[in-house]
Amino acid sequence: MSDLKKIRDEFTLKLKGKLDLAELNQIKSDLFGKNGLVSSQFKKIGTIDASERKKFASDLNIIKDELQDLINLKINEIEKVNINEKLEKEKIDVTLPERTFVRGKIHPVSQTIDEISSIFSEIGFSVEEGPDVENEYNNFTALNTPDNHPARDMHDTFYLDEKKERLLRTHTSPVQIRTMLKDKPPFKIIAPGRTYRSDSDQTHSPMFHQVEGLHIDKNINMGHLKGCLNYFIKEFFEVKKIKMRFRPSHFPFTEPSAEVDIGYEIKDGKIIIGEGDQWLEILGCGMVHPNVLKNVKVDPANFQGYAFGIGIDRLAMLKYGINDLRAFFDCDYRWLNHFGFDPLDVPTNYRGLSR
Amino acid sequence: MKITFDWLKDHLKTNLKEKNLLEQLTNIGLEVESVESLSSDNQLFKVAKIIKTEKHPNADRLKVCDVNVGEKELKKVVCGATNASEGLITIYAPPGAIIPKTNTKLEIAKIRGVTSYGMLCSESELNLSDESDGITELSKKHEKNIGKSFFSKSKSNLIDLSITPNRPDCLGVKGIARDLAASGFGRLIASKEKKIKLKTKQTLKVKINKEKGQGCSAFGSCLIKNVKNTESPQWLKDKLISVGQKPISAIVDITNYVMLDINRPLHAYDADKIEKGIFVRNSKSGEEFTALDNKIYKLEKGMCVISDNKGVLGLGGIIGGTRSGTEFDTKNILLESAYFDPRSIRNTAKKLNLDTDAKFRFERGIDPLSIETGLKKAASLIQEICGGEVSKIDIQKTESYKTKIINFDVNSFENIVGFKISEKEIQRILTDLGFIIKKEKNSLKLIVPSWRPDISQQIDIIEELVRISGYDKIKTIDPIKDRSKSTLTQTQRLFHFLQRAIASKGYLETITWSFTDQSYNNHFREAGKEIKIVNPISSELGVLRNSIFSNLIMYMSKNLDRGFKDLSIFEIGPVFTGSNPGEQKTVVCGLSAGKKSRLSWIDKERNIDLFDAKRDVVQTLSEAGYNSDHFFIDSKTPNYYHPGKSGRIFLDHSKDKVAAYFGEIHPNILKKIDIKTENLIGFEIFLENLKLSRKTLKDQKLKFSVSDFQKSERDFAFVVNKDVEAQELISVISNVNPNLISNIKVFDVYEGENIPDNQKSIAISITIQSSEKTLNDKDLEKINNSIIEAVENKTGAKIRS
Repeated sequence: MSDLKKIRDEFTLKLKGKLDLAELNQIKSDLFGKNGLVSSQFKKIGTIDASERKKFASDLNIIKDELQDLINLKINEIEKVNINEKLEKEKIDVTLPERTFVRGKIHPVSQTIDEISSIFSEIGFSVEEGPDVENEYNNFTALNTPDNHPARDMHDTFYLDEKKERLLRTHTSPVQIRTMLKDKPPFKIIAPGRTYRSDSDQTHSPMFHQVEGLHIDKNINMGHLKGCLNYFIKEFFEVKKIKMRFRPSHFPFTEPSAEVDIGYEIKDGKIIIGEGDQWLEILGCGMVHPNVLKNVKVDPANFQGYAFGIGIDRLAMLKYGINDLRAFFDCDYRWLNHFGFDPLDVPTNYRGLSR
Repeated sequence: MKITFDWLKDHLKTNLKEKNLLEQLTNIGLEVESVESLSSDNQLFKVAKIIKTEKHPNADRLKVCDVNVGEKELKKVVCGATNASEGLITIYAPPGAIIPKTNTKLEIAKIRGVTSYGMLCSESELNLSDESDGITELSKKHEKNIGKSFFSKSKSNLIDLSITPNRPDCLGVKGIARDLAASGFGRLIASKEKKIKLKTKQTLKVKINKEKGQGCSAFGSCLIKNVKNTESPQWLKDKLISVGQKPISAIVDITNYVMLDINRPLHAYDADKIEKGIFVRNSKSGEEFTALDNKIYKLEKGMCVISDNKGVLGLGGIIGGTRSGTEFDTKNILLESAYFDPRSIRNTAKKLNLDTDAKFRFERGIDPLSIETGLKKAASLIQEICGGEVSKIDIQKTESYKTKIINFDVNSFENIVGFKISEKEIQRILTDLGFIIKKEKNSLKLIVPSWRPDISQQIDIIEELVRISGYDKIKTIDPIKDRSKSTLTQTQRLFHFLQRAIASKGYLETITWSFTDQSYNNHFREAGKEIKIVNPISSELGVLRNSIFSNLIMYMSKNLDRGFKDLSIFEIGPVFTGSNPGEQKTVVCGLSAGKKSRLSWIDKERNIDLFDAKRDVVQTLSEAGYNSDHFFIDSKTPNYYHPGKSGRIFLDHSKDKVAAYFGEIHPNILKKIDIKTENLIGFEIFLENLKLSRKTLKDQKLKFSVSDFQKSERDFAFVVNKDVEAQELISVISNVNPNLISNIKVFDVYEGENIPDNQKSIAISITIQSSEKTLNDKDLEKINNSIIEAVENKTGAKIRS
């Protein structure tokens, strides 16, 4: 038997036995090391008779490949066993708690403002703002509520000077005035923001939020007003149909004026908006009074339109089932966490206003 | 305004039901606030007779009465009234009845050991009069009524209407009836004036002083002599009680009745108590009088007063005085029916902080032409009930009423309202409302009724027409989904972005009031102006906030008291710099307390610190589109921050405006407000100080290019003086060769052993990469040396070997 065959048989047998990685490496070095059995055979090729050299080289290569494959196979086998053993040891209790995380939240009023803006954006309104501190003229006089008008009694006003010239705005309507003085018609704006009245009890907070709406153009009439509000309320409450009632009312800055009620019912202690035979007042509106238009240098003979004012906090309470207005401003961690919204929940048209 | 359907029917002929009435009232703008059923409760009060009284066994002042309430058995009632005696006819309230005065429900109760089934009532307890001394005594005539209900059965509920301030005419039942009739709800019954003989002359002289600011323009009066003031007859009492008014005496009740019925306030004086005639004049400064509410009022100059020779009798149109008030023994009365200017009434009432029914009506505007009607209506009733002779009517005037005329373009209605009604219908509605119409070529000439001070121009007519026609006729015109202008401005978008960016870093958004506690505010006010509210809701909410911190700290403290330890809250909103419109800034203010991580099985404990806040601010700003590589930071901060552990951020080296502050809240403040937490870290971002780029984010971005050549990282440790800031080193290094230095990272700061005092070691890892080639050892060596040289030269640092 040739040396080659001998080597092959001997080592094939060895490699079929049980080996650890060290033994295997030893075999590898015995065969293919610098002076290994196979390596030595290769060195011999030059000394072999030319007639047999070709076959010898071919046989040697085959044996080399065979043994090498066997070794690789064995290495893989051992490594696999080793890894499995290691993994077995590394098993960890994955039910242990994860690293702590904190979730920030968006206040329901902010979320509601974003929802409102998103809805009105669709029908072409843009957002305007005005200062919290107003002068008496913008808050009252320009809005056709002159001094000594009994309607002023309905606004318990915070004043910043004894002369009552500077005040905290009692509604967002002065933004109408500022907007119309600044630009030329047409106007199509909403103005959400903080408003203030010196009133404080279970259902009144000295600060609250309103959104003002104003649409002035050539031929805007009460039908447009009704359509706009109907659209808004439906979209806001995310219902297909809404029962809505326009009632005559009086505001100095609009005429004709209306208050708007929506239908609701209480089912299992929860308020259902849009159905039922109870009415809930949610906003005031009307056609902008010609006196107001004159005050802001808009010609009432050419331009007309509507305005409305909605309590944002109230809308948020209705939509999200919040009972206590005062809690909005109490900053109770538990309340904020419960009623707050994830910052990634940006109200949009394509994703929907709320989840 | 409180009414009943029964009273309305004095003026309105209708077959419709109360349910329809309530709907219709609301539909025409007379909003129904509430409907209260009075009659059902009242029916429980029975006429009763005391059959026997015995002394209470356990109490000297109490009696045990056997009372006949019209049932088989007598009721045992314990009573403390001295006038409770056998044979007395009085009013009995059974258990379950609600006592009108106290609004409490009676129950069967043991009084000192004796069970009392109900109660015998005083007049005051029934709101019949102020008489609380003893139980009600009814005349023998009531004997036949024993067991019957004392109050007449009223089928009508009490309807409370919220009348808007523009509608004084609807502060009278008749005005409401007129509106209803115009809307098709029944027919208005024309008022019948009872004829009375006015024989004698009004002998009491009345004069309205002609002076500047005179608040009275007409004063009508008549004298009624030899009256016998008495209790009102039942129908009148019932009427007043039915709308929640308390009967007092016939004369007072009649004036109240006329006021409620046709909104014509009147005042009755005891004519014998008036000294030589009436003067209507402006008050002098310091004049005093005792009003019918038994309060003494000190008047300012220029208030409209009714006076006689002796002084002030009353404030015209607001409140009368005790000196000339009518009593049961009044013999001769002067009845006043005047017109007072709303503005004058309002000024005076505001200054004296007085609110009366008359004031409420006059400040909204009384029908100037109702002076005579009112006098006649009241005088005839007084004569009927109290007897006496009525004088002729005297009316003093300084101004005559001017009729208001409006030219109404019929087409304007559809233009504003969006639907059409016929001219015929327009005329019918307006006629029903009391307008007098003359048809002209292209318009209607309208004479406005004198009781409608709210109507002065075309739009007012349109309102009347649509109100009466019904708002349900307005068509719904769907909005068009079209947008020609962007919804939000760049600033508004930034506002919303910052809001959500901060929230996404674990902060709970709060909304706190724009005003705050002065003492808290002072901690954060610095040199800012204190802005006081003249009439705050409470002294703790007395100033506008100069910083959001005052409120955030207050509420943070409350939450910590609730047992929460690690909290981050923020608010985005206004702070105020002055009391003029626009003197405000928008600030994003955040506050974190406690630890960043608590002891857990996996993490080490760590207090929250300023670098947490700094990360939140820098990350937020860079998310908002500002390049943090350009930020410049120093340590000059307001004194409410810890002086050594706080910083401010500028968007670039020009240091134009402070973009933000961050840092620990000053320990002194924590001590003063006694807030207990491991650490309190805050930040403020100033929205208006963040420059808005004219370019969009897309346009701001450079051309996309990356280098695929090998990069090398080199570490350096420099020893520098302690006051040298890391920012300076980084700046110097990045300027060595911006093309090759792509990233600089501080990985260690060390002070102590092996480092001289006053010095520190800063270890920096620098990434070097070229966009043109793979750098060889020589290139790297060169840049290494340049870095060391630059840092050593410019910062006085030494490379640590």
